[in-house]
Amino acid sequence: MEVVLRNLTKKFPGRDRKKREDVIAVNDFNFVIPDGKLIGLLGPSGCGKSTTLNLISGLLKPTSGRIFFGGDDVTDLPPENRGIGLVFQNYALYPHLTVKQNILFPLQNLKGKDKLSKREMLEKANEAARLVQIEELMESKPAELSGGQQQRVAIARALVKMPMVLLLDEPLSNLDARLRLQTREEIRRIQRKTGITTIFVTHDQEEAMSISDMIVVMKDGIVQQIGKPQEVYDSPVNLFVARFLGTPPINLFEGRAKDNQLYIGEDAVLRVKGIADQEVFVGIRPEGFILQENGPLCCALGGVEVMGRDISVVSQNKASLSQSIRAIVGAEHLEKIGKTYAAGYGEKGPDGDRAMETPVRFALNPHKVFLFDKETEERIIFEEYV
Amino acid sequence: MADYGKIEKAAKTRKTVFSTITYILLIFWAVIVLFPFYWMILTSVKSYGAYNSEYIPAFFTRSPTLQNYADAFTAVPLGRYFANTVIFTIVTTAVMIVVITLAAFAFARLDFRGKNIAFILFLSLMMIPNELVIITNFVTITNLNMRNTFSGLILPSVTSVFYIYLLKENFEQIPDSLYYAAKVDGTSDLKYLLRVMIPISKPTLITITILKVIECWNSYVWPRLITDDENYFLVSNGIQEIRENGFGRENIPAMMAAVVVISLPLIILFLIFRKKVMAGVSRGGTKG
Amino acid sequence: MMKIRLTESNLKGWLYLLPAILFLGFFMVYPLVDVFIYSFEEGYNSASQTYFGVGGYNYSYVLHDPYFLQAVKNTFILVMITVPLSTGIALLISVALSSIKPLRELFQTIYFLPYVTNTLAVGLVFMILFKKTAYTDGLVNLFISWFGAGSVDFIEGPYWAKMFVLCFYTIWVVMPFKILILTSALSSVNQVYYNAAKVDGTSKFRTFMRITLPMISPMIFYLVITGFIGAFKAYSDAVALFGTNLNAAEMNTIVGYVYDMLYGDSGGYPSYASAAAIILFSIVLTITCINLLISKKKVHY
Repeated sequence: MEVVLRNLTKKFPGRDRKKREDVIAVNDFNFVIPDGKLIGLLGPSGCGKSTTLNLISGLLKPTSGRIFFGGDDVTDLPPENRGIGLVFQNYALYPHLTVKQNILFPLQNLKGKDKLSKREMLEKANEAARLVQIEELMESKPAELSGGQQQRVAIARALVKMPMVLLLDEPLSNLDARLRLQTREEIRRIQRKTGITTIFVTHDQEEAMSISDMIVVMKDGIVQQIGKPQEVYDSPVNLFVARFLGTPPINLFEGRAKDNQLYIGEDAVLRVKGIADQEVFVGIRPEGFILQENGPLCCALGGVEVMGRDISVVSQNKASLSQSIRAIVGAEHLEKIGKTYAAGYGEKGPDGDRAMETPVRFALNPHKVFLFDKETEERIIFEEYV
Repeated sequence: MADYGKIEKAAKTRKTVFSTITYILLIFWAVIVLFPFYWMILTSVKSYGAYNSEYIPAFFTRSPTLQNYADAFTAVPLGRYFANTVIFTIVTTAVMIVVITLAAFAFARLDFRGKNIAFILFLSLMMIPNELVIITNFVTITNLNMRNTFSGLILPSVTSVFYIYLLKENFEQIPDSLYYAAKVDGTSDLKYLLRVMIPISKPTLITITILKVIECWNSYVWPRLITDDENYFLVSNGIQEIRENGFGRENIPAMMAAVVVISLPLIILFLIFRKKVMAGVSRGGTKG
Repeated sequence: MMKIRLTESNLKGWLYLLPAILFLGFFMVYPLVDVFIYSFEEGYNSASQTYFGVGGYNYSYVLHDPYFLQAVKNTFILVMITVPLSTGIALLISVALSSIKPLRELFQTIYFLPYVTNTLAVGLVFMILFKKTAYTDGLVNLFISWFGAGSVDFIEGPYWAKMFVLCFYTIWVVMPFKILILTSALSSVNQVYYNAAKVDGTSKFRTFMRITLPMISPMIFYLVITGFIGAFKAYSDAVALFGTNLNAAEMNTIVGYVYDMLYGDSGGYPSYASAAAIILFSIVLTITCINLLISKKKVHY
């Protein structure tokens, strides 16, 4: 089912008694979630993503704006009439009921013509359990299950009513790292299989990028960017989005554009076209650095971290906004950079007397370089110089 | 080396002496606590004649009899007192559980204007001693012609601010998300209370029930004020009546049989729910 | 986190509260106001429900009533003896209890028994143990005679003998609560402190005085306060031992006086009862406040 948010706004009364200013948790949201897609609402804590989810679920009433499910205005409907399934961060399983009773619970609330016979209910519960692969746990109590199993039960309970829209609030944040990977694939699989429009909330960009068809990046109650994960990563609209996505995070420099030339410090690092002379923030993705002996960007080598497939070259630059710059290059460069490193520091390594700064030089991949306005932090598009 | 041996030995001796004294003290107090129980059971099985002929009381009896128990139920209306107390206890406790559950649910889960003020007012009622309000209640019940009725006995004690508070605290520990989950499934507030909150809070509800049962079973002052018809006496008043007018005053073995019968239900209840009772009492019950 | 409000109407919450509000209003709030009114209505007649005037006469009557003064004296003696004694003994027993492992649960269970017994019923047993009749001197007198002393009638005999039994029974009744609270307080003292003291070679007594006692002092203080309040309200223990006519036995308590004024052979005077009750609670309030002030200096929280 297509979900449409139109001018959706939610204000909370200010908590401070003296200044009664309202807190705007969700500010004028407009977007369309296409039918059958998996959508990640992404942002740091307090950005309004959970509020958005609760508005869609109907647990919260919007201050203004409308919500449509497949063309029907559901803004004034109570949660139970919206045809949604909701999975909570802490799963919210009823501790005194078995897994089976938990899954049956939503069905037992159905009234009137929707009322099901006992057998139908059991069938549906078993089906939901089969879908999330917990059939053998039906008689257990939630406390006897692992975090991952509880998560599956919660999803089964949300799915048993065959909802039009499935909502997941931080579905993975209570799981350990290994389970997280497994569970996110599981969520993807279930979503694919059922084809239910699914919206999930997370603060973890990696999680959102890895399984979503579309991500919505939010900050301070305002939508920053909506798009396919790779598109958003490759083409962030502003500094916030660029910084929020990607691990290791994007490297930022003070820079300036002058005469079709981009400067970082004194180094003319890239030729750019169609951009006025101005001071800018330069963002370079870690994979945008190319090790090159005569490359234009000169940094001081600080160390090398081996990651197996890749290596991470850590260096410093005066114009950098952070203490160190992280460049990801192929592992084949390890030997050479290792030698450079040893030559610079001698046998003592980085803790010894620093006789000289070991320079390391990079060329830049223009597709991985983003420029941002210093005032607005909006992206400045430049043309590539060919 | 030898010194260590000496020190060790001295420490060991001191420890033995200490623990001997400790056990003597503990056993001494246990005897003081248990002796009245022993004496009441012992006396209740002595025959009337045997008891009265013992100028120096005997610590055991060779010819136990259950005659006194028969007397306790036939010569005085002990059975009636007993039944009255059971009715009084069950009804009072049941009504109270309903009243406090609803109130605790409202405070813990519902949003309404004036909730905080109402809660503070409720809490401040906890400080009002029963002895202060009992006077007016006595006059009220008398004026309503409810003396010697079960309603008169029961109604003033079906609410307890303390138990509302206890239960509210317990309800609030249930995560909010359970409520939201239930709401998404279309569960009404009342159904959520019945199907989720009450089952989860069962341990606390049981504790409250036991404490209230103990309180009801032993209540004396209010029943004494409000009943003078023997047909409505509870066990406490009954035992006082037996003492002052029953059994021709001096049939002490029969009196003791009545005391045993009266004491037994709560002792059994306590032995079954020992942990719960003790935990509940230490969470805030003072006697009376 | 945000607070999600789901209740649409304010009415629902009040509806759930309604039973509690009705009962509390009718049987607690209204009576509380009313008791003050009663206490100032002079010459209230409960039969015709009329009174002559408003003033402090009821208080003056009560304060000059020898029965009331006797009751005040008895109550104060009872409080001053039982509160420190019961707290002290309970502390001793709790410490002993905490220092042993085997049989601990058994002792705890036994010690708690008086809490669940009917005060009136067991009081009767105490009476029999202490009473001297034509047929027997009673068991306690038997013990006394082993030490070569003469027998005393503790129930209908001299004042101090009766007071002794009353105090003894009161302590017996209040002990379970105090032992329970103190043992759980003792067990909640972190073992680390004891280990630290042991390593330093601190003597047991010093450990107790300098570590245990300060750590559990809030609980001791709580017991003293509740002990005072409870002992000031003593009544059923006395009835259990000496019967309902406490004035005749010279063993009445303030609460007993209130009830006697209200109902019974000398009853029918709710105004006097109210005045006496209010005097009682002014005393309790004052003493509680004094306790709180002292505790601010002495108790470690």
